Amino acid sequence: MPGLLDLRVGIDVGGTNTDAVILDRNDRLLGKTKTPTTADVTGGISKAFEQIIAVSNQPRERITHVMLGTTHATNAILERRDLLKVAVIRIGAPATCSIPPLIEWPRDLRECVSAGEIIIEGGSELTGEPIVKFDTEAFKVFLESVQDVAQAVSVTSVFSPVCADHEFEAEAIVKEVLGQIPITLSGTIGSLGLLERENACVLNSALIGVARHVVEGLVSAIQRNNLFATAFLTQNDGTLMSLDSVLRFPVLTIGSGPANSMRGAAYLTKLRNAVVIDIGGTSTDIGLLFNGFPRESTTPVNIGGVRTNFRMPDLVSIAVGGGTVVTQGSFGVEVGPTSVGYRIIEKSLVFGGDIPTLSDAAVLAERLQMGVKPVDLKYEDLLRQGLRKAEEMIWDACSEVQTSKEPVPYVVVGGGSVLLPETGLDDVVLYRPEHFDVANAIGAAIASVSGQVDKVYKVGKLSRDEILEDAKRGAIDEAILAGSDPSLTEIIDIEEVPMAYLTEPVIRIRVKAAGPLSQL
Amino acid sequence: MKSAIDLIEEDDLEDLAVGCTVLAGGGGGDPRVGLLMAQHAIRNNGPVRLIQLSDLSADDLVVPVGMIGAPTVMIEKIPNGNESKVICKVLEKRLGKPVAALMPLEMGGLNGMLPVAWASLNRLPMVDGDLMGRAFPELQMCTPHLYGIPSWPGVLVDERMQSILIESSDDFWFEKLARTAVTALGGCGCAGFYPMTAEVAALPLIPNTVSLAIQIGAAIRNAEGDPFSALDQVIATYPLIRGKVVDVERRTTGGFVRGAATIEGLESDRGRVVRIEFQNENLIVLEDGKPLASVPDIITLLDLHTAKGIVTEHIRFGQRVVLAAFRSPEQWRSAEGLKVVGPRAFGHEIEYSPIEENYARIA
Repeated sequence: MPGLLDLRVGIDVGGTNTDAVILDRNDRLLGKTKTPTTADVTGGISKAFEQIIAVSNQPRERITHVMLGTTHATNAILERRDLLKVAVIRIGAPATCSIPPLIEWPRDLRECVSAGEIIIEGGSELTGEPIVKFDTEAFKVFLESVQDVAQAVSVTSVFSPVCADHEFEAEAIVKEVLGQIPITLSGTIGSLGLLERENACVLNSALIGVARHVVEGLVSAIQRNNLFATAFLTQNDGTLMSLDSVLRFPVLTIGSGPANSMRGAAYLTKLRNAVVIDIGGTSTDIGLLFNGFPRESTTPVNIGGVRTNFRMPDLVSIAVGGGTVVTQGSFGVEVGPTSVGYRIIEKSLVFGGDIPTLSDAAVLAERLQMGVKPVDLKYEDLLRQGLRKAEEMIWDACSEVQTSKEPVPYVVVGGGSVLLPETGLDDVVLYRPEHFDVANAIGAAIASVSGQVDKVYKVGKLSRDEILEDAKRGAIDEAILAGSDPSLTEIIDIEEVPMAYLTEPVIRIRVKAAGPLSQL
Repeated sequence: MKSAIDLIEEDDLEDLAVGCTVLAGGGGGDPRVGLLMAQHAIRNNGPVRLIQLSDLSADDLVVPVGMIGAPTVMIEKIPNGNESKVICKVLEKRLGKPVAALMPLEMGGLNGMLPVAWASLNRLPMVDGDLMGRAFPELQMCTPHLYGIPSWPGVLVDERMQSILIESSDDFWFEKLARTAVTALGGCGCAGFYPMTAEVAALPLIPNTVSLAIQIGAAIRNAEGDPFSALDQVIATYPLIRGKVVDVERRTTGGFVRGAATIEGLESDRGRVVRIEFQNENLIVLEDGKPLASVPDIITLLDLHTAKGIVTEHIRFGQRVVLAAFRSPEQWRSAEGLKVVGPRAFGHEIEYSPIEENYARIA
């Protein structure tokens, strides 16, 4: 049972800065801080705790909840680093061979993540019967062939949301052949749609190292500061996730940053419709606030060039941020995709380093005051062109998000928002709300708690409406049990997985409910 | 008429896929799987020549191909790829002549894309046109049926390379036999039927629909500002309601996805509630129990922001949509056509009324 709600700390760990806010029970902002992100996660978060406690002048015992939003997982994928090498197994041959695993992945990401791919005979029909017998021998041979490279395993079997027998069998064999190795079974992570589920499953396995790093860092930072708060991470739909689930399903934290910044931007501006531009140190996420909520993607979501079937804010992400490196390429000035990230305070020109970044360009353009020395004028042309190009990339992405002709205001938030000029394009109102720099942390702090029911029902005894009611009630009860305010808990997602052809008709229903933390 | 496009390359596939979801009327399955199959095939075997029937000799064999079964199965149990080789082999043996060209059965969803993959894989050209001008759920709902051109001999192949050659007594029996076989094969199968000579195919062909789909996709992609007006310039669009999906009920029975979705109006349509009933494809739209649109006109849910089509199995609670209708090909609007694909053919006891007339009434 979570402690009674009193003060809560929202933290946003970006590639460059770690922001913290502290809110009271009425969502009033009592303090905010910004500290550089450090390579060691604990140090950065710990420092954020120390400072926010000092700034807000509140006793640490009153902090009952800590909500962490982090772009660690997203950045790991965007920058192709800290990812585990994954043995990619699909069980489905002779079906599915016309589209091999990872076929649509960007080549560099695939090279970075894949420890080898195979389609093994097996998988299930919609009825739960096997397509063909699971070829366990071929599976063992493949596992042995990758045992020196594979750091994690992803298993995706055809129709596993209906019948996961072959995935479970595979899990047992992986333990037998490779011992303790992180493994993700696709049925635990996604719904019908083989390719998107497989992609999400592989990404999840690749991210398990990053997740351990973050969770361990958060737990030690909490201990180091003698806090007795319940800790959560925020996930893609803007709700909270326990640390246990983060370790198993790190891919669900992807998209939490944008969900947080958009909810934070709505909180700060009271706008219901806007394009929200969140510029961090490493990347810029642009999404549409529609009637007060992030517009969700209706099509499968693209993460670093990979399609998955999660519900997420519909975003355009580009590798432009305060720490983004500006270089002279053979075809002109290039912006990104690399970023110096948190090392901006040693690597950038204004801090005496030798890497030209967009922050240097912003200092030169007098949009930002930062650093210890002026920019060497030999970089002037490069930086001015780089900044102009970055601006163009951001405006382009904004028009991509904004699909209706009607003018909507732009809201710019995030530490890197100083890259943009005071005013936007001619016909656009650009808002830069107070506390714009900590919108993500605020969004994390106001995130809701959720509960989920995922259950197979027999149709016949109960009508579909009765089944839905039962599932909805179950999800709401779960959310309330997790700490959601009973009067404000609502259904946020309903999904029905049809399971036909069975003599006794059944349906699988997933319902998710969420609401703000209860005051009581 | 000469089609504007005569070669399908990898770059055209995304546009074709978008066009297929718009023309599909909710059915035909997610074209994504077909798109990736076509990409993989074209990368390995080269682009596909898009031809007119007049490019063939009169007695050349043309085989319409596609997958039949439940779209929910097709996004999981993806084909092996080599089924198409077996389809050609079995029909060539039965008919005693080589297959000269493949063509799409329907211009919608997955089945708009698959023939491209299979044409590339078998290094055959593809005819620019199809037999529905949209997607429909049953096999006799193809234009050759109106002309008495038989659907048999037809062949069904599964991923295990098992084949079933069907010689039925009429198209309804063909549908019944194929549907039963598909259920036994796990919900979907790869098929080739209504084999025709180029001369015979000229009668039922709905021409240039492949080009049309590519043009629709390109128009939406290149739209500056409102994608709906870009779409309207390629194909007359009748928007029925702007709103939000508040309920969707789906069940997979007898090889079909059947169900209904409810849409609540937003903005200027606030207060309106519309219900769509579907059987793979969207069949009728009801408001206060009265029909707004019905088959054979094409009824498609389009994403409110992008105008891209949403297939039945992707309709989700909370989606923001424009429900739009498009005129059906003329063949289906005849008395004969309506008998096969009008509302009554799907068990809805209503009179068909062309969308442009309905629309004039409500607008």
